[in-house]
Amino acid sequence: MRLTVNGVQRELVSPPLTSLLQVLREELGITSPKAGCQQGGCGACTVLIDGQPRRACLTALAAADGAELRTVEGLGSPTNLTPVQAAFDSHYAAQCGFCTSGFLMASTALIEAGGGTDRAEVIEALSGHVCRCTGYVKIVQAVTAAAAGDVEPASVEADMGAQGKDAARLIPGSPA
Amino acid sequence: METVETDALTIARPSSPQDAVAAFGDGAGITVFGGGSIVMVELVHNRLVPEQVLMLDRAGLAGVRSEAERTTIGAMTTVAELETAVEPLGTSARGVADREVRAQATLGGNLCAPPGAESPRGDLQGALIALGAEVRSAGAGGERAEPVEEFLQRGSEPRLVLEVSFETPAAGASASVRRPHAHAYTILAVSGARTAGGVRLAACGVAPHAVRLAVAEQAVADGAEPAAAAARALEGVTPADDALASAWYREQTLPVLVARVLNDLR
Repeated sequence: MRLTVNGVQRELVSPPLTSLLQVLREELGITSPKAGCQQGGCGACTVLIDGQPRRACLTALAAADGAELRTVEGLGSPTNLTPVQAAFDSHYAAQCGFCTSGFLMASTALIEAGGGTDRAEVIEALSGHVCRCTGYVKIVQAVTAAAAGDVEPASVEADMGAQGKDAARLIPGSPA
Repeated sequence: METVETDALTIARPSSPQDAVAAFGDGAGITVFGGGSIVMVELVHNRLVPEQVLMLDRAGLAGVRSEAERTTIGAMTTVAELETAVEPLGTSARGVADREVRAQATLGGNLCAPPGAESPRGDLQGALIALGAEVRSAGAGGERAEPVEEFLQRGSEPRLVLEVSFETPAAGASASVRRPHAHAYTILAVSGARTAGGVRLAACGVAPHAVRLAVAEQAVADGAEPAAAAARALEGVTPADDALASAWYREQTLPVLVARVLNDLR
């Protein structure tokens, strides 16, 4: 089986019915998709498959054969966040962070499809994502701000201490 | 047809409906893999260890077509594609899980969904019963077409759903109770339609699969007002307790929802 993950072609050896979540985390070491409920209910494993948000835990490797995948590792780098990531940072939309990857990917797809400025639309689009810190207000604010272009370029380099500059290289699965 | 074989597993991936029917045969020992939203959970948690899998994603079973007043929906059509379907099917589709799951889950899977361990499943079943839909399936004895409610009553007989079709109703309506939470499991939903054969009613959430509310339908046919017909909705229906709601709550609520649907259908 073959996947293009964050722009890099990968040959996979996992059995064909292995979940994409397992393949990403265990075979490729790409750990931004989180194994939350592993039954499609929490949204923490959401990745973009050919640009569409999908549950990695509900997708068999065979069903995604040949697809293009994007994960958080394929968004911005710590020194150059995407607008959605920068908005999550500046709006304090991440608390424990476990659900954040799924929210980022679903929000990215929504905004790339031209949506995200209307609050009700954002809530509907993100309704499959559960934040157990209950940070929904900040998350929705971050997404509408990013969709409206109301966000400053941001870096989390300073937050990452001495590792900052090299951090991008250390993240498995990032194209850098 | 593409076939993948590993030590313990054979995956058949047909590229036409005919090939899918041939690969399914009488269905014995076959695990049908449609959108994956039900099967993958069973696989991930090792509750299902299949030896023969039939993957339908390239079998040409997806799509909606309309001829005159008849709509035919392929088994692999996603729930998301049905969000704009005629009522009450559209509302039922929009109520399934969330946007991402709806883009993956299929009509065929919804019809074949085994009851969940903690709650009923099959949100589209009630709407299809109300529409008087017919399901065409393959398996032992060949292809067969029958009303959705009869298909559901057959239980565990292995059938490969090919498509579902129905006549556009004069009117459709639905009413449901939702759990007040981001993730929408249906506690109880009632679908109704005014069809050539009269008003049809069905409920999801009062049995392991959706059921037709025949007594209330007959009351409507006999000229009862909505409230009077709705009061008879529980006849022949026995809701159960589960993780989402008690039987008592469902008994109190079912007539209310039926009355709403009947009022909307007037």
